[in-house]
Amino acid sequence: MNLLKKFLFELQEITNLIISAFFGLFKSPRYVKEIIRQMDLIGVGSLPIVLLTGFFTGGVLILQTYPTLVYYGAQAEAGRAVATSLIRELGPVLSALMVSGRIGSAISAELGAMVVSQQIDAMRALGTDPNRKLVAPRIIALILMLPLLTVAADVFGLLGGGIVAKNLYGLDYNLFITSVRNGITTEDIIGGIIKPLFFGLIIGSVSCYKGLSTTDGTVGVGRSTTSAVVLSSIVVIIFDFFLSRAIQSIFDIKPI
Amino acid sequence: MFSQPTEDATNVADVIEEELEATDLEDAVDEPERVVPAIEFRDVHLSFEDNKILDGISFTVRRGETKVILGRSGGGKSTTIRLILGLLKPDSGQILIDGEDITNYSEIEMMTVRAKIGMVFQEGALFDSLSVYDNVAYRLHEQGIAETEVETEVRRMLKFVDLEDAIDKMPAELSGGMRRRVGIARALVGDPQIVLFDEPTAGLDPPTARTICELAIKLRDLEDVSSIFVTHEMKNLEYLSSEYATVDENGEVVFEMEGEKLCLINTEIVMLKEGKIIFSGKDEEFAATDDPYILKFVRGK
Ligand SMILES: Nc1ncnc2c1ncn2[C@@H]1O[C@H](COP(=O)(O)OP(=O)(O)OP(=O)(O)O)[C@@H](O)[C@H]1O
Ligand SMILES: [Mg+2]
Repeated sequence: MNLLKKFLFELQEITNLIISAFFGLFKSPRYVKEIIRQMDLIGVGSLPIVLLTGFFTGGVLILQTYPTLVYYGAQAEAGRAVATSLIRELGPVLSALMVSGRIGSAISAELGAMVVSQQIDAMRALGTDPNRKLVAPRIIALILMLPLLTVAADVFGLLGGGIVAKNLYGLDYNLFITSVRNGITTEDIIGGIIKPLFFGLIIGSVSCYKGLSTTDGTVGVGRSTTSAVVLSSIVVIIFDFFLSRAIQSIFDIKPI
Repeated sequence: MFSQPTEDATNVADVIEEELEATDLEDAVDEPERVVPAIEFRDVHLSFEDNKILDGISFTVRRGETKVILGRSGGGKSTTIRLILGLLKPDSGQILIDGEDITNYSEIEMMTVRAKIGMVFQEGALFDSLSVYDNVAYRLHEQGIAETEVETEVRRMLKFVDLEDAIDKMPAELSGGMRRRVGIARALVGDPQIVLFDEPTAGLDPPTARTICELAIKLRDLEDVSSIFVTHEMKNLEYLSSEYATVDENGEVVFEMEGEKLCLINTEIVMLKEGKIIFSGKDEEFAATDDPYILKFVRGK
């Protein structure tokens, strides 16, 4: 009961945070420079790890599924197998998890340290709303950058898959690319971009909330960083299921 | 906010009446807004969980007055200051700034009130990601003021606290006292009408501490700023309550001792003990008190 109450309270607080950050966007001063700075930090900064993750995930998918495909005589469909799981699921989810580890922790640690050193109070005392100056740019940057990172991860995943298929199993590149192109639909691509928009919102709002609600000094900063990453990862994974279901029914995707 | 308008009106009238008796009548008629106190606490209570911090605090800070708040460590002095800025809300009671009841103000409504208040934090609370320049310029940058104007103002303020050399440094490169002084410069940019000093001299060498007191005296006597000055140090109290600043014939600011001209100085003392005000008045009365708690506080034993 107590846990439920705490959960509902946090949900309410996070919703309030998102609402006030959102409405703050329409008032001046607008923190456009800050949004661009965060986009650079979040997007460009996370590119290497997201690309690496994508590349090796694509590679390992082929590594594991190819023998099974051979068993069914369907090795020509290898590209399709990688593409569907990568673009629909693994690309968005793994990118979100990597970003929540890297950026979610950084955001909550930074904001938490600002809380305990009274910088947030100082900011409020100087007449700035931290939700607008700190929270909104981070959430916006995450919402804008995570889809781009996901697309980059998808592309590198397919590249990784293709290279493994060619070098370990001797599958022709052309065959691989053709089956990729047959395998993915526009719906897959749109779905794969809609998901990270939501994941960006989740990671941003959860991490900002956890950071800003830090108490108990430096120890508290460690605690809120951990819970920001854990909570945002779990929410991403749970939300992914429901988003997938929603996208399936919206686009009327049937089992092949 | 939720109180009856009529009640408010009578309250204000009461205050005006009281003040009229106390202050020079002619002055008051010339500038009717002067009689509204800059800061007023009415029976403010605040607890953290079971811990009673403030237990029925009432005081006023008139315009151009400096209120020195004394009290032992953990006595609720910083908490009082945080209440004025609306960073905390009281459990009960009312807080008025320039006659405006801010007790139930939302964060957004508070922003306009905070615009006229400068706050010097006990720990400095500088933004570590910004340079000294950007810290001091913070308020002006937020207001979108032209950079050339910002630069002049920032240089003027840093000169005021004697830190022109540190303009391009980051807060991490400064000593504790330097950070405090940057904090003071940041608080005073934009000439706020109310300034809150939270132990601005703690941990500083005597000459620097003296400079900060001079600063507070100048704000009080030359700029007509209302302020609250929280301190533990008796030396500060002595400076603030026995000297005043004037401008001599050469246009230089000079500090003069109060001497025989009693009650010229616009400084009063409030002493907190266990969440209550146990003393409120002028320094002469404070020196004359025989309350054992105050005597111990002054002498340290
Ligand atoms: N956020 C908080 N949560 C719980 N207790 C708090 C909080 N902030 C302050 N307190 C408690 O309130 C009391 C008053 O604190 P405050 O900071 O106002 O003291 P102070 O008079 O400024 O002391 P000092 O001279 O040491 O700065 C302390 O006992 C402190 O433990
Ligand atoms: Mg304090």
